[in-house]
Amino acid sequence: MSGVAPSAAPRGTAVASGEDAGAWQTLRRGVQLSPSLRAGIGGTLALAVVSTVGGAVVPVVIQQTIDRGLTGGGRIDQSVVVRLVLASLLVVAVTTVAAYAMKVRLFVASENGLADLRVQAFRHVHDLPVLTQSSERRGALVSRVTSDIDQVSLFLQFGGIFFAVSIGQVIVATVIMAVYSWQLTAVVWVCFLPLVLALRSVTGRMTSAYGRVRRSVGEMLSVIAEPVVGASVVKAHAIEARTQDRVDAAIDANYRRQVEAQRLVAMTFASAGLAGGLASAGVVVVGVWLGVAGQLSIGTVIAFAFLVSLLVGPVQMATQVLTEAQNAVASWRRVIALLDTPADVADPGAAGTRLPDRPLDIAFAGVGFAYPGGPDVLRDVDITIAPGRRVAVVGETGSGKTTFAKLLTRLMDPGRGQVCVGGVDLRAVPFDSLRRRVVMVPQEGFLFDSTLADNLRYGQPAADDATLLAAISGLGVSEWFAGLPDGLATRVGQRGESLSAGERQLVALVRAALADPDLLVLDEATSAVDPQTETMIARALDGLLRGRTSVTVAHRMGTAEAADEVLVFADGALVERGPHGRLVAAGGVYARLHASWVAQSRLGQEAPA
Amino acid sequence: MSSRPGSTRRGFAVIGQGARAQRRLFSVAVVGSLLYGALTVADAWVLGWATDEVITPAFEVDAVDVGDLAIVSLLFVGVAVGRALGVIARRLVGGIVYFRLMAEHRRAVTRQYLRLPMRWHQAHPTGQLLSNANADVEAAWAVMMPLPMAVGVLAMLVVAVVAMLTADIVLTVVGLVIFPLLFAINVGYQRILSPRVTLAQQLRAEVSAVAHESFDGAMVVKALGREVEETHRFQEQAVQLRDANVAAGRVRSVFDPVLEALPTIGVLLVIVVGVQRVLSGAAQPGDVVQVAFLFTVIAFPVRAIGWVLGELPRSVVGWDRVRAVLDADGSTTYGSGVVAGSGPVALEVRDLGYGYADGRPVLRDVQLSVDAGRTVALVGRTGSGKSTLTSLLVRLVDPDSGTVLLSGNDARQLTHASLADTIALVPQQTFLFDDTVRGNVALGAEVSDEDIWAALRTAQADQFVARLPLGLESQLGERGTTLSGGQRQRLALARALVRRPRLLVLDDATSAVDPEVEAAVLAGLREQSTSGGPTTLVVAYRKATIALADEVVFLDDGRIADRGTHVELAARSGPYRDIVDAYDQTRERADREAAARGTGTGTVGAGDKTDAPVPA
Repeated sequence: MSGVAPSAAPRGTAVASGEDAGAWQTLRRGVQLSPSLRAGIGGTLALAVVSTVGGAVVPVVIQQTIDRGLTGGGRIDQSVVVRLVLASLLVVAVTTVAAYAMKVRLFVASENGLADLRVQAFRHVHDLPVLTQSSERRGALVSRVTSDIDQVSLFLQFGGIFFAVSIGQVIVATVIMAVYSWQLTAVVWVCFLPLVLALRSVTGRMTSAYGRVRRSVGEMLSVIAEPVVGASVVKAHAIEARTQDRVDAAIDANYRRQVEAQRLVAMTFASAGLAGGLASAGVVVVGVWLGVAGQLSIGTVIAFAFLVSLLVGPVQMATQVLTEAQNAVASWRRVIALLDTPADVADPGAAGTRLPDRPLDIAFAGVGFAYPGGPDVLRDVDITIAPGRRVAVVGETGSGKTTFAKLLTRLMDPGRGQVCVGGVDLRAVPFDSLRRRVVMVPQEGFLFDSTLADNLRYGQPAADDATLLAAISGLGVSEWFAGLPDGLATRVGQRGESLSAGERQLVALVRAALADPDLLVLDEATSAVDPQTETMIARALDGLLRGRTSVTVAHRMGTAEAADEVLVFADGALVERGPHGRLVAAGGVYARLHASWVAQSRLGQEAPA
Repeated sequence: MSSRPGSTRRGFAVIGQGARAQRRLFSVAVVGSLLYGALTVADAWVLGWATDEVITPAFEVDAVDVGDLAIVSLLFVGVAVGRALGVIARRLVGGIVYFRLMAEHRRAVTRQYLRLPMRWHQAHPTGQLLSNANADVEAAWAVMMPLPMAVGVLAMLVVAVVAMLTADIVLTVVGLVIFPLLFAINVGYQRILSPRVTLAQQLRAEVSAVAHESFDGAMVVKALGREVEETHRFQEQAVQLRDANVAAGRVRSVFDPVLEALPTIGVLLVIVVGVQRVLSGAAQPGDVVQVAFLFTVIAFPVRAIGWVLGELPRSVVGWDRVRAVLDADGSTTYGSGVVAGSGPVALEVRDLGYGYADGRPVLRDVQLSVDAGRTVALVGRTGSGKSTLTSLLVRLVDPDSGTVLLSGNDARQLTHASLADTIALVPQQTFLFDDTVRGNVALGAEVSDEDIWAALRTAQADQFVARLPLGLESQLGERGTTLSGGQRQRLALARALVRRPRLLVLDDATSAVDPEVEAAVLAGLREQSTSGGPTTLVVAYRKATIALADEVVFLDDGRIADRGTHVELAARSGPYRDIVDAYDQTRERADREAAARGTGTGTVGAGDKTDAPVPA
């Protein structure tokens, strides 16, 4: 049972990062997955178009007022100005209401769509087999249903709509400018052109700068965890100085990355303002020249100065918004990639065959399994197990015994061959029938942060308190239960950590008893618990297994000894099979495993007398 | 939170603190922002001046004065350049102020974590401490980001009013109506929005918590077929978050368009009033243009004040949490002594007493002596105080009473380095650093590769480390290889062994190791201890571990109940036998039951095709 090389840890079905999908493809697929996003999109866009008009009112009124005689020494008709302003106020009122309606519709549609997407993605994670294999990927999966979707929603509601409205505003301003004077329009655009041309490369630089910031944050957080999570190690080995150095270095790296990114932001902001200044100067110079030549009115020249200010804001924000857009698309892509990862263990649903109403037998026929791109972890398993038998599965770490248990409960499907329970291929059994009749008790007794009763009801949602108490006493663990501070209402804490590891096991066993399955598959806990609890667990197990077909992945000698039959796995194959006594006598793999167990739990000869 | 009285005042106190801490850079950012603000107003002034002095005359006389146009161009470009410099100072230097404040407080907070004793750590949840160093520091200082801009805007408003006064008094009155209105609406906006945003933030954390828990428990969810119920549970949270986001969105939908419309309405007012003033001869057309332009360019920056006010409540909450860590008192004080000589030390524990903060005793009147080089097993049921005793020895916590002596030296009189060099504790829970295998074993100490491999060998970790792609240089932790619980424990053991401790304390340190491997580890330790290795104190359940010991100390209910060899204790102590024999009793009972069932049903071996051992 030597150490397992990390490569033996299953790679699992990788959830693709989705990095190869193009932006448009991502958007299309994203909208397809969240139909609510499309609800009323036409109206929302129409409102957005209306809302861009408001900004153009001021330059036009200025131009009209001036050209109707403001600068001409008293020739202006005041009533015309008042009418002009009243009409403008109406336009402003309409655009304001349009902007309000557009935003509300956008918030409602995007939040509906993304809440649906969140729930879909969450459900899909539970349908994936990958979770049962690798704990380190769970954090990444959580971020796909949380921060990734938040990122998309923030972009749609802020950056995205700001960008859309800005483009509208730029178009409206450009059209008005072009109507006034194509020459001045050209002057303005020449001033902004360098920025527009640089947009792509600046956005690229900013995206990678923010990527570096994010990575440095991740690194900093994991190093900051050292003096917190590893406090006792740091103190016991007196490595405070070394730890502080590591923390300081990570904080410093993060600081430098932030400043780098900020430098880019400040530069783009400043240069957009600079372009605005150049454009204003150019407009006045060229405008006066053209005006004197009789091609322009004075009001137009001044209106242009106002129109230029409509362009500065969008250009200032463009790189930032485009950077956000890239992040949002990347996030969206990750969520889509998750949803597009096939849940290869599919529920046949109502079309399937329910498990027969009789004690369940087990049959493996030519079963083999390999993780994608990996070697076989299980091969050529042919075995039948009669109903009501108590079977122990033993083998070294990596021998295939856990894979055997996972195939038996259809946490995974075999690559080759067939697993039948009660005469039915597991792939044909609807999940509601399968999970009611076949229950697996995992190695770690994971509990949800709630009361004991809630956790027990996980096995049988409809159970009343009396049923729960009956199950507890039925497994002979009332003595333990009596010691709990609040009985069924006892809070178990996060992951059940208010209880000891052994107590969590007890809860998991009672929970399984409440589920009342016909076939129980147990992965025995490896971690040592104190002997009293150990005794209690053994008693509960006896109660639980009585009268059921059971397969236990055994880590303790006692379990194997007490089984009707022992299956011994080595290197992915079933190598020995039979009752304990016969296997010991046969002197094979099992005999060797057993001997080392015995040495382990009994005092050796070298013990001091 | 935002409505709590005094929160704004306290928020300004936090800002003051940050501004003082980064006095120089903050001043640069504010000066930059003032420059930006003043020049934004100047921009409008240039346009107004150009209207009256250059553009209008040119149109009237139908002639271009090149010198005038050059001046206008220079003014526009000059103002733009100055403003660009102001923007850089404001945004870049302002950003640096914010980033520095975060970095410095993160350093200060983590220094506290390293200084404060284990008792303090145990009283604070891990998640809270991590967020103190990260999210709370960020929340405390996020306000510094828009702050220079807000200061600049305030200055800009003052300059704008002055500029308007020089233009026309009546137009100034229009400004004095619109600007305060803009300001008041901004403040009201943040007041109404900020509790909604805070709520959404909390709900976001809850959505995340449900997802975390549900994915962590995925095996249970699958095993019991509870996917639908779990999805419902998640959906409830997701819907709440959605509704909160929409509620905040509705507030934004009302205020954002109004804040955009208001300056436009102001400009229109200025035009109506301005035309009247020009007609009456009280103002020049350029004055009207200037004031109108002023409204256009000031409208957006004014929002910065709202941002600052909106950030204040969050800033106060963040700072209070950071403050609580920085103000936490207490540290372990070390002496100046060292344990002389080399080789195993003798351990003596005198009158040791320790209780929880609520007064419940854990250890009472513990007397224990272990001669140098001996191995003692500490046996007791859960909660008997074994782990507490081991952490008292290495001073992770200090006892309420009594002393720990190492070869006669009071542990409290030793330097931290000497104490750590003398004793190594291997806990049941292993923490791995986000570092290489070498880094995790050596922990910065100067150790040769041979020594590391020797330690790994004794800990039975050499084989799996050798199989890692980069051997000792393989990265562990989040971004590296994931190890099993047993492998982690063996690395922790190697980490202790490589330091050649003179007293080795194992607190159930092999609980997750496969039995066969554990036997090899124990054999290695035993070999060491017979050849000048450390004095060893080992917390044990399994008989094989007890077999390693020269002597057994039986701890019951916080006291040393008995001590002697295993045989002696087994002979005279019932409670001791109960614990040590529990596994055997379980096994025997199971044997009996299996036998009963076997004869009862007669199914053993019946009709199975691979009944006999299959040849391997």
